Amino acid sequence: MARYSKLRNWLSLLEGPQTWGRGRVFWAGFLLVVAAASAYPLFADGYDVGNNVYFFNWTFMALGLCLIWGYGGALSFGQTAFFGVAGYAYGILTINFGDAYGFTLIALLAAVGIAALLAAVLGYFLFFGRISGVFLGIVTLSVTLVLERFMAQTAGPEWRIGSARLNGFNGMGSMPSLTIPWPGGDIVLFPDVALYYVTLGLLVLVYLGLRILVNSRFGNVLVAIRENPERAEMLGYDIRKYQLGMFLIGSALAGLSGVLYTSWGNYITPSSMGMTAAALPIVWVAVGGRSDLTATLLGTLLVLACFQALTIYGSQYALVVMGILLVLTVLLVPKGVVLGLASLASRLFSRGKQGATSP
Amino acid sequence: MTLLFEAFTFLYQAGDAFAFLVLSACGLAVIFGMMGVINLAHGEFILCGAYVSASTARMGLPLPLAILCGALVAGVIGMIVERVIIRPLYQRPLDTIVATWGISMIATQGTLILLGSTMPGTGTPFGSFTVGAYSYSIYRLVLMGAALATLLGLWLIFTRTRFGLLARATIQVPHMAESLGVNTSLIYSLTFGLGAALAGLAGGLYAPTMTLVPTMGSAFVVEAFVTVVVGGADIFLGTAPAAAILGVIKAALTSWQGQLFGQIGLLVAVIIVIRILPRGISGWILRERT
Repeated sequence: MARYSKLRNWLSLLEGPQTWGRGRVFWAGFLLVVAAASAYPLFADGYDVGNNVYFFNWTFMALGLCLIWGYGGALSFGQTAFFGVAGYAYGILTINFGDAYGFTLIALLAAVGIAALLAAVLGYFLFFGRISGVFLGIVTLSVTLVLERFMAQTAGPEWRIGSARLNGFNGMGSMPSLTIPWPGGDIVLFPDVALYYVTLGLLVLVYLGLRILVNSRFGNVLVAIRENPERAEMLGYDIRKYQLGMFLIGSALAGLSGVLYTSWGNYITPSSMGMTAAALPIVWVAVGGRSDLTATLLGTLLVLACFQALTIYGSQYALVVMGILLVLTVLLVPKGVVLGLASLASRLFSRGKQGATSP
Repeated sequence: MTLLFEAFTFLYQAGDAFAFLVLSACGLAVIFGMMGVINLAHGEFILCGAYVSASTARMGLPLPLAILCGALVAGVIGMIVERVIIRPLYQRPLDTIVATWGISMIATQGTLILLGSTMPGTGTPFGSFTVGAYSYSIYRLVLMGAALATLLGLWLIFTRTRFGLLARATIQVPHMAESLGVNTSLIYSLTFGLGAALAGLAGGLYAPTMTLVPTMGSAFVVEAFVTVVVGGADIFLGTAPAAAILGVIKAALTSWQGQLFGQIGLLVAVIIVIRILPRGISGWILRERT
């Protein structure tokens, strides 16, 4: 009985002051979206479905950045560093040890763990040194750029770990895809319908998990730190530990994106960490609306779809458009496009109501 | 005698690293110290200076004039950017980083689209001289001189001119300066322009020594960030000593393990330094003084 009430307490945190959306209408909409996303492979070609998993791969990194930046108020430019580290770690582990007996799943956990470990070390120096504001951004960006340059020069044959060549700027390839051990033949998650469902399931889990996290005590303290670090500290919270925890979780999510991307394309390059790549998560989260998980998720998918559509005309043009989008968002709708539209809609709606009631 | 040559080599390398750090960081430091804004488009102002000075030099302008031309163009663009994009964001420092990053993306990719993936440069002038078994580029010595001259020039600007006086007043208490009749928004605009011009100067000075590609700015930014983080907000008490210390570290690591490890070592040093001195060298010096 006690266990049930505990579970109910957890589930009640799915709604709360830190997340947009509550009540029957919202959750009915949520179920509808999930059902539509689940039904999509029934109407589409397996090849297209596999390609579209690409969009989901990035959302974990965006949600992680939303936690760090939107809820914690710390601007980290290092998401792609953890993305790259986890991607390379997955490649090195699976190339060396193969994909039998579900090892790819262990490699997934290990790679995310390695990214989290790196985040813990970096986060320790940053948050316990009380680095905040703009410095946090430029130190994390420096780490990312140096890591990219380091991986780019590993072309020579001396750069190998076990049987995995790092291959410098050309990137590392031919690592196995994620494989689920199954009685009567392993399920290899090639970019196809099976991978789509696994990634979708993971995304729903992470989204709901993060909703619970930010509405829990931990999330409330994070928001208190974002609003006023001194006040949070005076109230007796060791803000450094909370910030470190948030950085760890956000970076591990970036690592998860890295592993999923690497196993999806069987490929990872140093440029996935570079200056341009590092800017993209910022664009998704800023444009979507960094202060809410749902807005970030929708915004990320929206911007990715725009980007994909524009890439037909050349990726340089698409990146210029992304830059313009970023500048315009910051200047005109600092809350983000999705949240801005939502508040505009609710204002129009309530004004309409008022107009109806007043004679 | 060989020991002497070794010592000269090390001094030359440390001086070279010092010049690179000072020149690439001072534009960023001027803007940060003044307004607390980190200009992530810093690398693109360097790019602008390099491209303008290289193209004017190839059109026949003498190199020093071409470099000044690059600095001037970067400065003017900087003032325009400040007026249009940075000014509405002064109350939101984190958003200025994001906005300037957007500018950086636009500038890099725009250059790639408009001018192609490389641009022909000018050769390194002045040739070289020999000490012991090695030969050294004379132009590198010019760069060291230019770094010192830039620091001296900035010191003169900030202590001996009316602009410098008003700028320092604006740094200390902006509202007071404003109520005493200082046009602070003009000061901010000029300071941003000065920072951008210094970035352009760095680009112009280093243009003869590198290949000109649209992403060349990112070769400078890590060093510039690191120097500003270690230095803190004050350019003379922070950036200059930080560049000197980091220059020695970088030269030692570079001669030991190569260029990349110089950079990695620099970054590790910085991450450790911020754990001990969160407000940088200048913050530490100023705290000791009071």
